[in-house]
Amino acid sequence: MSFLKSFLIRAIYAIILLIAVLVLNFSLMHMAPGDVADTISQSMGGADAELLAQIRSDYGLDQPFLVQLGNYIGKVLQFDLGYSFFYNQSVTSLILQKLPATLLLVVTAQILALLIGVILGVYSARHPNGISSHFVTFLALFGYSAPVFWTGILLLIGFSLNVHWFPVAGMRDVTVEGGFWPHFVDIVRHMVLPVITLGSIFLALYSRLSRATMMEVLGSDYVRTAKAKGLSEREVVYKHALKNSLSPVITLAGLQFSAVISGAVLVESVFSWPGLGTLAFQSIIARDTPTILGILFFSALVVIVGNLLTDLALRFVDPRVGGKG
Amino acid sequence: MQHQWEEFNLKHLVKGLVAATALASVLTASVVTAEEPKRGGTLVTVLGANPRSLNPAVQSGIVTGYPGAQLFAAPLRYDEDWTPQPYLAKSWDVSEDGLKVTLNLVHNATFHDGHPITSSDVAFSVKVIQENHPFKSMFAPVTSVDTPDEHTAIINLSKPHPALMLAMSGQLMAIIPEHIYGDTDNVKAHPRNNKDVVGSGPFKLVEFVSGEHVILERYDDFFIEGRPYLDKIVMRVIADPAARAIALENGEVQMSGFEALPRIVNRLKKVETLTVTSEGYGAIGPLDWLAMNTGSDGPTGNVKVRHAIAYAIDKNFILKALMQGTAVEAKTGIHPDSPFYEADVENYALDLDKSNALLDEAGYPKNGDGVRFDLTIDFGWPGVKPQVEYVKAALKKVGINVTVRASADFPTWAKRMGAMDFDLSWDTVFNWGDPVIGVHRTYLSSNIGKGVWSNTQGYANARVDEILGMAGTETDPEKRKALYSEFQKIITQELPVYWTNALPYHTVYSDKIGNPPLGVWGTSSPIDMVYLKD
Repeated sequence: MSFLKSFLIRAIYAIILLIAVLVLNFSLMHMAPGDVADTISQSMGGADAELLAQIRSDYGLDQPFLVQLGNYIGKVLQFDLGYSFFYNQSVTSLILQKLPATLLLVVTAQILALLIGVILGVYSARHPNGISSHFVTFLALFGYSAPVFWTGILLLIGFSLNVHWFPVAGMRDVTVEGGFWPHFVDIVRHMVLPVITLGSIFLALYSRLSRATMMEVLGSDYVRTAKAKGLSEREVVYKHALKNSLSPVITLAGLQFSAVISGAVLVESVFSWPGLGTLAFQSIIARDTPTILGILFFSALVVIVGNLLTDLALRFVDPRVGGKG
Repeated sequence: MQHQWEEFNLKHLVKGLVAATALASVLTASVVTAEEPKRGGTLVTVLGANPRSLNPAVQSGIVTGYPGAQLFAAPLRYDEDWTPQPYLAKSWDVSEDGLKVTLNLVHNATFHDGHPITSSDVAFSVKVIQENHPFKSMFAPVTSVDTPDEHTAIINLSKPHPALMLAMSGQLMAIIPEHIYGDTDNVKAHPRNNKDVVGSGPFKLVEFVSGEHVILERYDDFFIEGRPYLDKIVMRVIADPAARAIALENGEVQMSGFEALPRIVNRLKKVETLTVTSEGYGAIGPLDWLAMNTGSDGPTGNVKVRHAIAYAIDKNFILKALMQGTAVEAKTGIHPDSPFYEADVENYALDLDKSNALLDEAGYPKNGDGVRFDLTIDFGWPGVKPQVEYVKAALKKVGINVTVRASADFPTWAKRMGAMDFDLSWDTVFNWGDPVIGVHRTYLSSNIGKGVWSNTQGYANARVDEILGMAGTETDPEKRKALYSEFQKIITQELPVYWTNALPYHTVYSDKIGNPPLGVWGTSSPIDMVYLKD
């Protein structure tokens, strides 16, 4: 099957999937009792029945379900994600406004976790019974099992409160003046704790997985052959074994990347990071249907694109994938 | 004996020290004199949620109120003692019959774009608030606003309306520019509610990034000479109370209002550089209570059952264990800080025997398992789960089997309350200034079942309706007070809700802050007098 053809088929599936995601999410949101008019009245300290009715008619919430659904799908097909009830702006602009902060956080955490995780994994695979290997295992399991909001608050208490090394919340200090560098340093300082918190989950996954695959590969025939040829340990590990042990890690990284938002929701909330996670959390609380649907739609899009990219990356690392036969 | 002598000596020493310190402070005070407010500086403060809109004329609520009261001026402001003070109106006059309220505006006031603030802007603002603001009762009796000249606005009323005074202050009556907002019928959706705001208050908008921050800057042509003292205010949106507390502790944030978590309030009280106070919430008037479905055919419809429930609940436990000493007791539907509060009412101190007897009397004997009947209890947000669990445990002791019904989120709960589909529920309701605005709505029979925070209990008492009708139009403060006193005595007898405590709202500010906002409106009023010490 040619690459193009398989790509096209997948793209068609993706579109069907996206519409299904929309319909399902819209129906689920609709089934929940209450609506955004209630949260708007909450934010206002109460409203009478007349005003509630007015809010509902303003946002078309008084129309029959199928009409609302049809209107929504129609709009999305024209690339219009609608208008946020709660933030009083268009959902697309809201998402685009929050996206850079989330990307910055998630991509940085991912890259660091991937690099450090693979290094730790390879190291502990080479010395599987050493103390330091056990330490890596412990660290990884701890990072994976500790809830992020707990790790986050703990880091805050340690490094923002006890020693004032890092700021508590947000992405930047708006009182910082000056050109590029002061702002750059400011953002980096704000990033440290959330990146560590978010990265600790990914790190655990990568280091455990690369340790396992590396140990498997190190025990295989061709590695023994390479050793028998008289290649140095270093050459065997990094030239022969590593490349082969990487493909599961890349698959995982791709899948994890798709979880951009799910992973970031809690971390962003703890650190008041102004990204999509915080937005998702707040709009769920506010029952801001267009924003929630917009974010879910966007997440679905990221998952699908992420899978496609993972596929491409695997072809690159492992020529057998997607080949004939 | 020796011990006594030591103590005596120590007392002397302490007295001497106190005297010396007092003398020293008198001396230094005479040198420095009362601290002079200082111009300049940036105040970093927080908002606990993202404001939907910065325009208080169309959006109520405390997160809009804080930036809103800085951006927009109201005709009046209130001090700590509930006394109205001139603000945009330099003086005002209420006619003999109470049907005309004349506002004389200051002459030098301008909007942030330089346009003069005139009486027609006042008339326009009243109209916009009447059409869009959720508190319809504020300006309901206003029939028209006359504008005989640029600086005189006469508010005509269909009946005397003493609540108007508080409704003209704080965040409730923002004067907005007609030349900006007059171009549409739907001011609620006006794009300039959130950006390029042209206000009338002490600070103008620099930037509002939704979910991140609101940045305000001193308006140099503000109509009060020399104010505001601050150059800039940065309001950061930090939703997590723990993160806000840490930011206050390490000095990243210098002031925060509406902190209500007892654990956090008590922790911050221990921080040397911070002052924590519950002053400044009298007008907002937040009350916690146990709502009981009074209109129900079930047990809660019986007043004896409601009394029995009150007797079975130990308010002291709520105040000491759940609120950890941060909240004051509430006895009635009016906030304890309000001038209309009546403290001499039935109090329902814990008495399980009485509770049991009342339930027997009401015709609900215990069955073989010691259970009289089943009730449900609802709650709308996770913060009040401890109260709800406590009520369940407390009522079990008198044979009432309570099932806790959790709601997935606020709308789910609001729907149940609005439809009066509940037996018991925990609720938090704000007085919002005058009782006419935030108190009447819970007890008037004409307001039954009109959505969340209406009379969701289904309470109806003809005398209460009558008293509230009279109190709403009574212009004599003493007579008004007497009416509200009678009202509070009746509702505490009939218990449509059982009030437990005032919500423990606290303002936290660093020792660098001078003149913190402690008037009855707290941070929902202009902070033009706040300054930063050296």
